[in-house]
Amino acid sequence: MKTADLINRLTVDLKPVDYRRASRALGLAFAAGSLAAVAAICLTLGLRPDLREPHALGFLMLKLVFAAGVAATAFLLLLRLARPGQARRSSNLVAALPFVGIVLLAVLDLSATPGAQWAALIAGHAWPKCMVIILVMAAAPYALMVLALRWGAPTELWRTGALAGLLAGGVSASAYALACGDDSLPFVACWYSSAILMCGVIGGMLGQRLLRW
Amino acid sequence: MKRQEGALRLMMEQAQLGDARAYRTLLEQLSSLLRLHLRRKLVQMGRNAANAEDLVQEVLMAVHARRDTYDPSEPFTPWLYAIARYKLIDHLRRSKMAHAEGPLDAAEAMSDGFDHTAVESGIDMEKLLATIPQHSQRVIRDVKLDGRSVAEAAAREGITEAAAKVRIHRGLKAMTVAIGGRLWREDR
Repeated sequence: MKTADLINRLTVDLKPVDYRRASRALGLAFAAGSLAAVAAICLTLGLRPDLREPHALGFLMLKLVFAAGVAATAFLLLLRLARPGQARRSSNLVAALPFVGIVLLAVLDLSATPGAQWAALIAGHAWPKCMVIILVMAAAPYALMVLALRWGAPTELWRTGALAGLLAGGVSASAYALACGDDSLPFVACWYSSAILMCGVIGGMLGQRLLRW
Repeated sequence: MKRQEGALRLMMEQAQLGDARAYRTLLEQLSSLLRLHLRRKLVQMGRNAANAEDLVQEVLMAVHARRDTYDPSEPFTPWLYAIARYKLIDHLRRSKMAHAEGPLDAAEAMSDGFDHTAVESGIDMEKLLATIPQHSQRVIRDVKLDGRSVAEAAAREGITEAAAKVRIHRGLKAMTVAIGGRLWREDR
């Protein structure tokens, strides 16, 4: 086919398009994924029973600031990565900030405690459960983000997939925090972070296949 | 390019609103821009530039299908070239970097167009060079990185100019395959 013919074909019957569609789809997917994760936690593990205590509430808030912070920064980066040509002007470093923050807090906390208690602070009560639940529950928000990214045109598939994975991990960890009774900074820095990062790596690997267009 | 940007951007905004005439002008201008761009890229990578037209059409179709992903508050040309790059990599992956065609005389033209700053930053020139035989490495280093002429490089190696060109040609070809394998893996 001649290029001129192709141009004829493409310009016939041109429909107006809305450039906000991709962003809207991503926003919807983010919201729906968060709702799904919270609902899943409420229906299975239930909220932690001690939420009236200021200490428990304080720790819940801290976990939420960290995990939701990861999800939110990943979301902002994805809004750019969903559009061609904007990837280079957005930095991955922003997505690392919440991790740096939580690790710093954990180090401060550990330095103020005797070394004999470190192992207990880090391992908490239920670290394997924490990891598994965060990973499993990230599947739904990830799938929703991948679907939404189909309305966009990501050109850096690994990076886009990894950020979708981080977002899903952040959402999933936020929801898990509602049920999680492990209140120690090193615990969050260790297990929440690694679970979310694993979501990112898996997301990146899957993204290379799932996000092609 | 700077002057074009404003006009192209305006036409794209009109096209997004459904203005078919602006869109047609835009696509016509894009096809000649893309033709030049993609031909150059294919030649740089030691590929057959005869495929450029297919690729131009593929990029135009992608531009059409994804025209709503252009955000009018952002510059237009980076959007266009990001799509072109994506489709080029896709094309190279599909043709699996089989082999570079083209006569040996093309070695000169090809190496002239081989601008090492254009190689994607993630690809380490030194690592790439290390994948090819030493004697080709030396000639390519002389001519491409140190800016010597082919004649000088040939003299340093004690070979004829034609032989030096052959080494450059084969070396670049091998490096192209190495880049291709890498892009292919990265993008899967």
